[in-house]
Amino acid sequence: MELLSGGDILIRALKDAGVKDVWGYPGGAALHIYDALYRQDDVFHILVRHEQAAVHAADGFSRATGEVGTALVTSGPGATNAITGIATAFMDSIPMVVISGQVPLSKIGQDAFQETDMVGVSRPIVKHSFLVTRAEDIAETIAKAYYIAATGRPGPVVVDIPKDVTDPSHKVPYHWPTEVKMRSYQPTDKGHRGQIKRAVKTLINAKRPVIYTGGGIVIDNASEQLIALAKKLNYPVTNTLMGLGGYPGTDRQYVGMLGMHGTYEANTAMHHSDVIFAVGARFDDRVTNDLDKFCPNATIIHIDVDPTSVSKNIEAHIPIVGTCTSVLTEMLAIAEQMDIEPDAEAIGEWWKQIDEWRADKGIYTASRYEPSSGTCIKPQDVIKMLYKITDGRAIVTSDVGQHQMFAAQYYLFDKPRTWINSGGLGTMGFGLPAAMGCKRAFPDTDVACVTGEGSIQMCIQELSTCTQHNLPVKIINLNNAALGMVRQWQDMNYSSRYSESVYEDSLPDFVKLAEAYGHVGMKITHLDELEEKMRECFAMKDRTVFMDICVDRSEHVYPMQMPGGSMRDLWLNKTERT
Amino acid sequence: MKRIISILLENESGALSRVVGLFAQRGYNIDTLTVAPTDDDTLSRLTLTTQGDDQMAEQIVKQLHKLIDTIKVVDLTQGVHIERELMLVKLKASEADIRAEVKSCVEIFRGTIVDVTPKTYTVQLAGDSEKLDAFIEAVREIGIMEVVRSGVSGISRGDKFLRV
Repeated sequence: MELLSGGDILIRALKDAGVKDVWGYPGGAALHIYDALYRQDDVFHILVRHEQAAVHAADGFSRATGEVGTALVTSGPGATNAITGIATAFMDSIPMVVISGQVPLSKIGQDAFQETDMVGVSRPIVKHSFLVTRAEDIAETIAKAYYIAATGRPGPVVVDIPKDVTDPSHKVPYHWPTEVKMRSYQPTDKGHRGQIKRAVKTLINAKRPVIYTGGGIVIDNASEQLIALAKKLNYPVTNTLMGLGGYPGTDRQYVGMLGMHGTYEANTAMHHSDVIFAVGARFDDRVTNDLDKFCPNATIIHIDVDPTSVSKNIEAHIPIVGTCTSVLTEMLAIAEQMDIEPDAEAIGEWWKQIDEWRADKGIYTASRYEPSSGTCIKPQDVIKMLYKITDGRAIVTSDVGQHQMFAAQYYLFDKPRTWINSGGLGTMGFGLPAAMGCKRAFPDTDVACVTGEGSIQMCIQELSTCTQHNLPVKIINLNNAALGMVRQWQDMNYSSRYSESVYEDSLPDFVKLAEAYGHVGMKITHLDELEEKMRECFAMKDRTVFMDICVDRSEHVYPMQMPGGSMRDLWLNKTERT
Repeated sequence: MKRIISILLENESGALSRVVGLFAQRGYNIDTLTVAPTDDDTLSRLTLTTQGDDQMAEQIVKQLHKLIDTIKVVDLTQGVHIERELMLVKLKASEADIRAEVKSCVEIFRGTIVDVTPKTYTVQLAGDSEKLDAFIEAVREIGIMEVVRSGVSGISRGDKFLRV
C-alpha cells in the first residue's frame, strides 16, 4: 500500500471526494497542507484576500452547483475569520467542508501562537465538526465530512487538523473508504406513506390553497416535481427569499415572494388560505410576522427533511419528514391514482380573488413607486434594467439590505440556483465572494453581484482575487450613500434620526477603486446612461466591471409587513397601508 | 413539567459539549446531567432532566437527535420509568440527641451512614429526586454542611430498553 504524509493524504482525499476547487488562505499551521497542494495538479486552489471570502466563495459555488464547497484556512485568526462564512452557510443549509489548520497536538491548550479552539468556537454553527488526531484518520474523516455535509439537511462541516498530523516526514498508508456508514447518522429520505396520502387528500380538497415553498426545493433539486404538482393542481405558488427560482418567477401561478417584503397578493392569499402546503420552508419570522395572528383558518401540511423544522414555529397538522423530491414524487403518483380532483369552481373563485388582489395592489401589475427621472434613478428600475439586459438569465448574487429586497422582488428568477443570497444570517459582504464562486462554476454565464455601497465595502478586497484568478463578475452597486435598510427603519421607527447610517462624504471613488485593482469602473448618475452603460458592462465578457449607480436616497422597500401584525398587514408605500 | 431525557451517544471527544451547547444555544435549561460510558465503551449513556411542556420536550428530543453523535434519544417521562439519584450529605452531629435523630431519619429514608467523625455524620441516600428533597427538608434544621447529588439516572420499566 502506498505511504503518504498527512498533508498528501488530505489532498488525495479531497480529490477522491470529487473536489476540484479549494478557496483558501495559507498560514503557519496549514503550511504542510499548502506544500502538498503545490506538489499536485488535481485540486486547484484559489487564493482569496480574507478567509471570510474563502468561505463565501465556496458557499456561492455550492449554491450555484449543488456540489459541496470547500474552504481551507489556517489556525487562529484564519479560523475565526471563517466563522461568519460558516454561520452564513449553516443558516441557509449549504453543504460545505471547511478545513482549518490547528497548532500541533502537543501545543493544544497551551495558548500557542495562533491557537483557537476551532471545534469549540464553531460548534453552534456547524452541522458537525472533527478534530483529526492521527494521519491515519484523515481520509476517513474527509469522507465522512463530505457525506455529512451533503446528505439530510445539508450544512457546513469543519475539519480541524493539527500541524503535526500533516507532518511530511510521517508517512502512513492511504485508504479511501468506498462507502461511509455511521450508526449515529442515518438521514430520513422517504416520507411516511400514510401521511403523504392524507396530505394529498387534504390538498386536493382545499378551496383556498397556497403552495408555500422555500430553500429546500432549491437545495434538493425538487423544482421539476414542484412545477408538475402545482401545474396539475392549478394552485398559486409563493416562494420564500431562499426559494426564489424554485418555481418560475414569470409563471402565471406564481404570486411573488411572501413575508416581510413579500407581495400583497402572496401575503394576503396566505392569510386567507384554508390549506397551506409548505415544502422545504421553515416558517421563519421574516415570513410569518406575528405567530399568534398567522393564517387563522389554514390547515398546515409541512414537508421538511429536518424534523426539528416541523412544528418548531407553527404547528403542522400534517407533518411529513422526507426530502422534497422524494415526497413530491410520491404525492404526484398518489394524486394520479386518486379519483378525486380539485374543486374547479372553488379554485376558480380563489384565482379570481387573487387576480383582483394582484390588479389592485400587486407590484407586477403596475408600478407602485414614483418613476425614475433624470438624476433620480429608482433602485427598482436598475434591477428591471438588469433583468432586461441579462434576459433574466444571469446568476444574481446579492449582499444584504434594500438592494437585496429589490433584486428579490424585481428580478424574476425562472430557474433554481440563479438567486444566491444570504437569507438566514443576512451577511453583508457575501455578494462579491459568492459571485466569484458562481463565476468559477459557470464561466460562460453572466454573474451579477447586486450590492450597495455599504455591503460591498465589507469584502471589497476580493476585487483583487477577481484580478488574480480572472473572475469577470459584474458588480451592480446601488449607491444611495447610506445604509439603506437601516435608514428605512430609522425613517419608520426612529423619526428619521439617522444614527450612524450615513458616511458624510467618506465614500471612496468606486470607479478609481475598481481601476486600481485592474478592473473597469463606471459611474452612473443619470437615467439616460443606465441602459447603454449596462449593455456595455455585460458586453465586456472577460472583464470585471464595477457599476456604481447613484440611486434615489429616499426610496423604501415596499410592501413591508407591519410589526406585530398578521401576514396581510402591510405598508404598501410611505403613506398607504392595508 | 419535569422531563427525564436519556441519550445514547458516541463516546467521542466533544460529544458531551455538543449536547450541553445545544441546551444553551436553544434557550433550554438543564436541571441535572449525568453521563458515563456503558458496558460498550464506544457508547456513553447520558441522562438529563429539564422542564418543559410537550411541544418543548418534542423539540428538545428532535434537536438532540439531530446531533451527529447521537444514536438514540428517549423522553423517559412519556412512559413508566425508574428514576434514581444518589446523594451524599454531611451533617453537623456532635451532640448525642442530634446523632440519634439523624440515625432515625436515615433509617426512615433507608439511607446509610457512610462516614462518621465526632462532629459529623455523612449520609448516603438513593432514590427519586423528590425523596432526596424530602430528606434534605427533614434534616435542614439539624445543620447541613455539604450536599452532593449525582443528578438523575433513569431507565424505562418493563421490556423496553435503549441499546444500539
